[in-house]
Amino acid sequence: MTSRGAPLTRRSVRWLDQRTASAPLLRKALRYLFPDHWSFLLGEVALYAFVVLVATGIYLTFFFVDSTKEVVYHGGYAPLYGQRVSEAYASVVHLSLFVRAGLLIRQTHHWAANVFIAAIVLHLFRIFFTGAYRKPRELTYWLGVTMLTLALLEAYVGYSLVDDLMSGMGLAIGYSVGLAIPFVGENLMNWLFDGMFPGSEQLWPRMYIAHVLIFPVLIAVLLTLHLLLVAMRHHTQFRRTKAQTEHTIVGIPAWPGQTPRSLGLLIGTAGVLFLLGGLVQINPIWLWGPYHTYSSTNGAQPDWYLGWLIGGLRLVPSFDLTIAGYTLVPNPFWGGAAFPLVVFGFLYLWPWLERRFTGDQAFHNLLDRPRDAPVRTAIGIAMIGWVFLVFLAGASDRVDVTFGLAYVSQIWVYRVLVWVLPVLFGLIAWWVCRELQAGERVLGERHEAEAEARLARPL
Amino acid sequence: MPALPPNPGAELAALALLGLSSLAALGFILIYAFGASLPDETQLLGASMGLALLFLAAALIVVGLRLVPSEEVAEAYPPQEHPGEQQVIAELVDESGTRFTRRRLFKLGLLGAGGTLGLAVLTPAASFGPLFHVGDFLRTPWRRGRRLVDEHGVPYRAADIERNDFYLAFPEGVSDEEKEQMAASLVVIRLDPAQLDLPPDLKGYDAHGILAYSRICTHAGCAITLYRAPLFQPAEPKPALVCPCHYSTFDPATGGTVTFGPAGRNLPLLPVFVDSKGFLRAKGNFNGPVGPSWWGVRMWKAQP
Repeated sequence: MTSRGAPLTRRSVRWLDQRTASAPLLRKALRYLFPDHWSFLLGEVALYAFVVLVATGIYLTFFFVDSTKEVVYHGGYAPLYGQRVSEAYASVVHLSLFVRAGLLIRQTHHWAANVFIAAIVLHLFRIFFTGAYRKPRELTYWLGVTMLTLALLEAYVGYSLVDDLMSGMGLAIGYSVGLAIPFVGENLMNWLFDGMFPGSEQLWPRMYIAHVLIFPVLIAVLLTLHLLLVAMRHHTQFRRTKAQTEHTIVGIPAWPGQTPRSLGLLIGTAGVLFLLGGLVQINPIWLWGPYHTYSSTNGAQPDWYLGWLIGGLRLVPSFDLTIAGYTLVPNPFWGGAAFPLVVFGFLYLWPWLERRFTGDQAFHNLLDRPRDAPVRTAIGIAMIGWVFLVFLAGASDRVDVTFGLAYVSQIWVYRVLVWVLPVLFGLIAWWVCRELQAGERVLGERHEAEAEARLARPL
Repeated sequence: MPALPPNPGAELAALALLGLSSLAALGFILIYAFGASLPDETQLLGASMGLALLFLAAALIVVGLRLVPSEEVAEAYPPQEHPGEQQVIAELVDESGTRFTRRRLFKLGLLGAGGTLGLAVLTPAASFGPLFHVGDFLRTPWRRGRRLVDEHGVPYRAADIERNDFYLAFPEGVSDEEKEQMAASLVVIRLDPAQLDLPPDLKGYDAHGILAYSRICTHAGCAITLYRAPLFQPAEPKPALVCPCHYSTFDPATGGTVTFGPAGRNLPLLPVFVDSKGFLRAKGNFNGPVGPSWWGVRMWKAQP
């Protein structure tokens, strides 16, 4: 058989296979099955937001200057004229106001970061409440949680790089939290910042290379492993019909069914992010002004994914842990370091904890519905409730301004509520799960009885 | 794959969406090329790019749902494990070590070599920044006799400091770079001397009710840029210096004690006096380390 005259597809496949011997693998990949459920798309959205972040981020690097050297601003933005600003800040103001499409790309990048982390968190909720992390998928889960921590650090560093007033305040707080770590804090921060806050001229190049190379490459590597593990074990599935079992996967093949859907989701995610980037203003840094250690502003709020930490920092009452006049643990450690350590410690340990208490060593390809595991659902809801209440407490100042509720009273109420309400949320979730289960049992019995009655009816 | 009948309606819809996507993309290019003077350039660019992508996405979704076969297929999950292969691997690993007689020692040797080499590779990272230099945290640019100046370097006179207002001050003669040091900046206020209730060790730190506190919050290092100066005493709460980051609230009348919020340490106070020409000058150094706390912070004193 000659390749002459054969259809183009066949010739291309043949050309590729002869040079790469990849036809068996490709054939398998094309028939790889994707079980269908809307919640399985959350992880995909995170992946696509990451793609948009990389693409827009590369564009931004062509304009950003990673230097905190102070210059007197002589650019075209009149309100800043003559002020002392860092080269980094000046470059972002210039990019935002005087580079064609610069503001669009920067705002899209910022929105994509917010959506990226939101999608990861929602994906995590889905994984948690359906028990998808159980054997044999613990590694996939731990990689995912690690990517969430990296994404938070990556976003924080990116937000700090701009060197506007807000980013400087955020960096000072991060520095203070690091400084508060007992036994190592002062040396750790001295080492990272190359001296006392605000650090030496080395700091910005360091943060920059972390933001554009180290963290993104780490995330990309873990992402690859994460997806590889998903593919090797195949996706989990809900039991929608009798055909879906622990041993049989039912889904739409990658080609042709899934490909246009996933491509559509990728491009749709990018589309929504560009609409947000163009139409919904985010972080107008030329209004905030440059950062100096001696300046700050009232009513500042971080991006949403740091809201739980500002809440944690604000809620802790006034005390440093001291023993006979010796400071052991300064205050910011509790809200800024211990709190996230507890939350992430819980996330990392959970698969192990659950196995420990349920004794469940089995293989799981079928997902639970949240009601199928009332205790897990209750614990998850309680944890989310806890973190969310602390998050809300972080916005107390805005509530004070908007609704006139006194800040101090709010903080006192939250200091109690964050310990009481999560327990209540958990109990309610447990009760709802049990009721749903009972309802299903009753319904099942009724269907059975009706079927029996139909059979028993005389013809 | 099952042959499905054509679906001209869906095909037409997908084509229309592709056309719209092209139009929006063209729009983006035109706005970029000719829209420099448009006031809403960013919005138009974002809308056209976003719509171009969304139309394309919609076309793909139509293709996925209506035009390509998307029937569900069943297939076996991969086997839970491969006992045969597992055994081969384990045997390969175990048998390769039959010539080693002192296995334990060898493992220890490998671990030692790997560990020390790892440590050696990491050592250059120590060049990142100074280690064990806590002294830097305590150094301040303040010394006895140094005048307090404003942002532009103009010295403050005691008469400049009015009640119910607050002032940013630096040591005279510092460079712009030195102004960024946490120990450089002050928040200066004037209280009625009758209101003052300084503890015994801070007696004489004020100059006729003028108080110069460190501007950096002892909680998380933000600048204290809020001053609550009650207009209707005693109906309103007392005067307070407040940090807007986490609302740590300090009472300036009692030596910077924390009255609310998370700060765990008093706000450091710089002793000041008024010289013969009426200028404000530092009388010494702060009564404690400036800025956010670290473990052991209470052991130390601020140094010139």
